[in-house]
Amino acid sequence: MKMFKKFSIYVIGLLFSFSLLSFQFTLNAQAIPEKPNPQRLVNDYVSILSSSERESLEQKLRGYADSTSTQLTIVIVKNTGESDPYDFAMKIAKDWGVGQKDKNNGLVLLWATETRKIRIVTGRGMEATITDAIAKRIINKTLSPNFKAGLWYQGLDEATTEMMKRASGEFKADEKDDGGGGLGFFFIIFILVAIVLFIISKINKRGGRGGGGGFNSGGWGGPIIFTGGGFGGGHSGGGSSGGGGFDFGGFGGGDFGGGGAGGDY
Amino acid sequence: MSKGLLIGLGVAALLLFWGIGVRNGMATENQEVEASWAKVQTAYQRRADLIPNLVKTVQGVANFEKSTLTDVINARASASQIKLDAKDLTPENMQKYQAAQSQLSGSLSRLMVVAESYPQLKATESFSELQSQLEGTENRIKEERDRFNDTVKGYNNKIVTFPNSLIAGFSGFTTKGYFEADAGASKAPSVDFGK
Repeated sequence: MKMFKKFSIYVIGLLFSFSLLSFQFTLNAQAIPEKPNPQRLVNDYVSILSSSERESLEQKLRGYADSTSTQLTIVIVKNTGESDPYDFAMKIAKDWGVGQKDKNNGLVLLWATETRKIRIVTGRGMEATITDAIAKRIINKTLSPNFKAGLWYQGLDEATTEMMKRASGEFKADEKDDGGGGLGFFFIIFILVAIVLFIISKINKRGGRGGGGGFNSGGWGGPIIFTGGGFGGGHSGGGSSGGGGFDFGGFGGGDFGGGGAGGDY
Repeated sequence: MSKGLLIGLGVAALLLFWGIGVRNGMATENQEVEASWAKVQTAYQRRADLIPNLVKTVQGVANFEKSTLTDVINARASASQIKLDAKDLTPENMQKYQAAQSQLSGSLSRLMVVAESYPQLKATESFSELQSQLEGTENRIKEERDRFNDTVKGYNNKIVTFPNSLIAGFSGFTTKGYFEADAGASKAPSVDFGK
């Protein structure tokens, strides 16, 4: 009995410290959105854009990221809480790791709808092409007038076009990210997975499971778990985004050094 | 050779190798500190380079308050006089360097406050862009200072703890200074609950 008491005190203490820990975490994190999963370049947390507008922006940015490896990211939030829009945007940029690690070619366009603030932060590699002055100009000349008129989509569309124009030619996608090579690699993995599933289904069959030819991973509740959402359970490659349902390769861990500009509308 | 001597030699050799390993580790960290110092200086230099343009733009406005402008010019001159080599980042030198730079920060922010009251200045695009460049530069300075402090912390921790401190003493590694939070920057406004 005494033992049990001791044990429960221990457990309570542990739980308490965990809750303190998580409390601390939420305090620090102050409404900074988590890295989206699956990763997306257009992150509208207030649903101010229609889903078709969101999708078309996403396709546009994704296509650009695929061909140039430059990741332009849009984050729309209600407000930035206690923190300054700059700190908020920087935290997102660094936590998510927008841009490629060796090129630092990420950019975050943060828009707080409630406080009517816009903040652009540029990765270290982007500072030369989208300078602070240019970022300011994009805010003042493109985003602000459109937003004032309530033309949210148009503002974001024109602003990203302007950024793409500025940054084009600066970075190229890595060879290995090129359609051919990448697909070949995934194809090999796909074949391997198919073989493994095939063998497992053979073994299973002997265990009394009827039918179920091929590799219908959806129906089979076995121990293989796919993480990362790469192969969406039974989808065979050839998805619209190239690598068989893969998202644009994901944020690559780019670094940010404080460049960019802010404004309001 | 006696057994004792052999053991002694063995221990000495081990100690020597250990010492070399530790020393090399310190040298690597020292390099990192110097590299991040270079970035800090680049960020400050970037700010200094912006100032002539800023001064020119502001001077273009009729009857702009002269004293704030000359403050900035003087502060820039004295800040760029203090050059600090990565080899002597002692706490005292760091303090001097930082004092000169924050003098410039202070006079610059006063200038920007004064500029707020000149609508014809605020309306010009060149001023608005300079303003954003200056803001971006201050952000870069902050970023590089934070990173510099982080690398210095790693380095200092390495050389002051025993027994590394012995090796550091032999090979001439000394502790380096940090950037302190600027006076007033981190101070919360004091509230006086009426006495």
